[in-house]
Amino acid sequence: MFSIFKMAFRNIWRNKRRTLITATSIMFAVFFAVAMQSLQKGAWDNMVSSVINYYFGYAQVHKKGYWEEQSINKAFAVNDEITNTKKSPIEEYIPRIESFALASSGPRTKGTLVIGVDPELENSLTDLKEKLIKGTYFEASDKAVVIAEGLADYLKVDLRDTLILVSQGYRGVNAVGKYAVKGMVKFPSGELNNQMLYLPLAAAQQFYGAEELVTTLVLKTDQPKAIKQTVANLRHELDTNKYEIMDWEEMIPDLVQARELDEFGSTIVLWILYLIIGFGIFGTLLMMVKERSYEFGVLTAIGMPRWKQSLIVWLEIIFIGIIGAIAGMILATPLVLYFKNNPIQLPQEMAEAYEKFGVEPIIPMAFDPKIFLLQAFVILGMVTLMALYPMIKISLLNPIKAMRE
Amino acid sequence: MKEIVIKASGVHKTYNETKVPVHALRGVDLEIEKGEFTAIVGPSGSGKSTLLNIIGGLDRPSEGKIEVGGKDISTLSDNQLIDFRRENIGFVFQAYNLIPVLTAKENVSFVMELQNRSKTEVDNRVKELLDAVGLGDRGDNRPAELSGGQQQRVAVARALAPKPTFILADEPTANLDSTSTANLLDIMARLNKEENITFVFSTHDRRVVDRARRVITLVDGKIQTDEHFKR
Ligand SMILES: Nc1ncnc2c1ncn2[C@@H]1O[C@H](COP(=O)(O)OP(=O)(O)O)[C@@H](O)[C@H]1O
Ligand SMILES: [Mg+2]
Repeated sequence: MFSIFKMAFRNIWRNKRRTLITATSIMFAVFFAVAMQSLQKGAWDNMVSSVINYYFGYAQVHKKGYWEEQSINKAFAVNDEITNTKKSPIEEYIPRIESFALASSGPRTKGTLVIGVDPELENSLTDLKEKLIKGTYFEASDKAVVIAEGLADYLKVDLRDTLILVSQGYRGVNAVGKYAVKGMVKFPSGELNNQMLYLPLAAAQQFYGAEELVTTLVLKTDQPKAIKQTVANLRHELDTNKYEIMDWEEMIPDLVQARELDEFGSTIVLWILYLIIGFGIFGTLLMMVKERSYEFGVLTAIGMPRWKQSLIVWLEIIFIGIIGAIAGMILATPLVLYFKNNPIQLPQEMAEAYEKFGVEPIIPMAFDPKIFLLQAFVILGMVTLMALYPMIKISLLNPIKAMRE
Repeated sequence: MKEIVIKASGVHKTYNETKVPVHALRGVDLEIEKGEFTAIVGPSGSGKSTLLNIIGGLDRPSEGKIEVGGKDISTLSDNQLIDFRRENIGFVFQAYNLIPVLTAKENVSFVMELQNRSKTEVDNRVKELLDAVGLGDRGDNRPAELSGGQQQRVAVARALAPKPTFILADEPTANLDSTSTANLLDIMARLNKEENITFVFSTHDRRVVDRARRVITLVDGKIQTDEHFKR
């Protein structure tokens, strides 16, 4: 066995130039693939985490059917059945009561999304306080609103002005209220900026005529990666005839689809890249077998089993593949780490488009060992597959013919 | 008591690869005893290589039977033949016998290592043989660093190393000058005596023929003469 490794290893250096060219081409392929995938994953992770941290959270609990209808009539009480499920990795249930209302000030009226929130808990999830541009943040006992800047502009209201809210409350009651503007927030997303109106939870429940009720519990977790499992467990614990538990992928399927489409596109690019590299490796293999057929003839004649000869060639090509793959990974690591810590800043126009959707206008690279490992496996698999060619050649080799050249 | 190591009976070989079939061997009957030092001679194209290849299990006869040590080798599969050759036959070809990436020592030990012999046995044997072929100090050289004659001596050492049933050498001196030829023949003749290993070699070189104790002459794929000499 030892002599097989020895022979393979020495054969690699028989044609140094060819070995180096082959390994270098693999190195660049791996480098490019790792960089591209890290960038893509980084961009999407950033996008997803922005969307999640902005509003949705990783998962939400509603009364069954709420997501479909978005109706205040699907409000529910947070009873023991629910609070009992609050254990690791669920850190907190953040309550909201959400519905639509007409807001008016003087002659101007506009449809708004009026959300009742627990000021501290909401802030721990979405950093609402950080977005204040004017006034102060409300407290749980306040009967005042925090208004989005675009909406305030439209209604021409400022701090301490009064807003009148009109809506249909819980089970059809009339909801009417008068609230002073205590703070003003600015959202990068135009959509949010033009329609968000926050009330403290108690005030909102009173407004909607839904004392002690909520429409949404946002699940705060310390293990976002395990969210699928957490949701699955929760579905087990809670009565799914009464409640629906949705993770972020179920709430924003468009984003998930867009990501899949994008990743599919880059997978094709990678396949093409690997195909090109594959041809290069195959060329090396062809030459290796061709120029050594006399030698394989001698080896077969003096009694070396064909599988051992094949093993030598496989070891050689796998070794070149491993050298190239490792070199590519080593080359990619500092780049990925650099752009993970110093994300690419998007240029102005693109940045605005990103901000519209509430996404930070940066593209960090993700440093994910899985991306690195995947390349190693692709190279290994590809090289092994290609090593079939010399194996077949060797298994069919006729020693007399091979030695007659 | 004579011990037959190779027995060919009614061996025919016809190559059908070309449009006109080539009858390379037309009925060869032959017995070779243990310890013989036999030359197969004949003009170019007379069938020497074909006969050696068939005896050595590298090719199959179109007709007839080959027995090695009493065993019919025509029933063996290709892969069984590889194992058979490794365990029973030493080969010396006309040139480029050696594995270029292995040193002289490693080339000599190669077949023994394929046979999983113990390291001490291999090491002792390699040293003994390299000394015997006069290359005790060149063991760590690669083939490219050796002359053609030296390479052929290493090839003889490799063929002998596992103490095979017999050694086949197809024109081993064809690419050598006369000094190297004489030198190689001396070594082969000496080791044949010392180790009592059967040698069968082909040649059309008069000087080589003169060293053989048995000379079989092939003409047009048939044995024309078969002479024994006391040497
Ligand atoms: N593979 C082959 N295909 C067709 N003809 C062959 C083949 N090998 C040898 N021959 C022919 O068989 C005859 C004997 O060849 P060979 O055994 O090589 O003779 P020698 O070794 O005595 O020169 C020659 O006529 C040669 O051309
Ligand atoms: Mg010949």
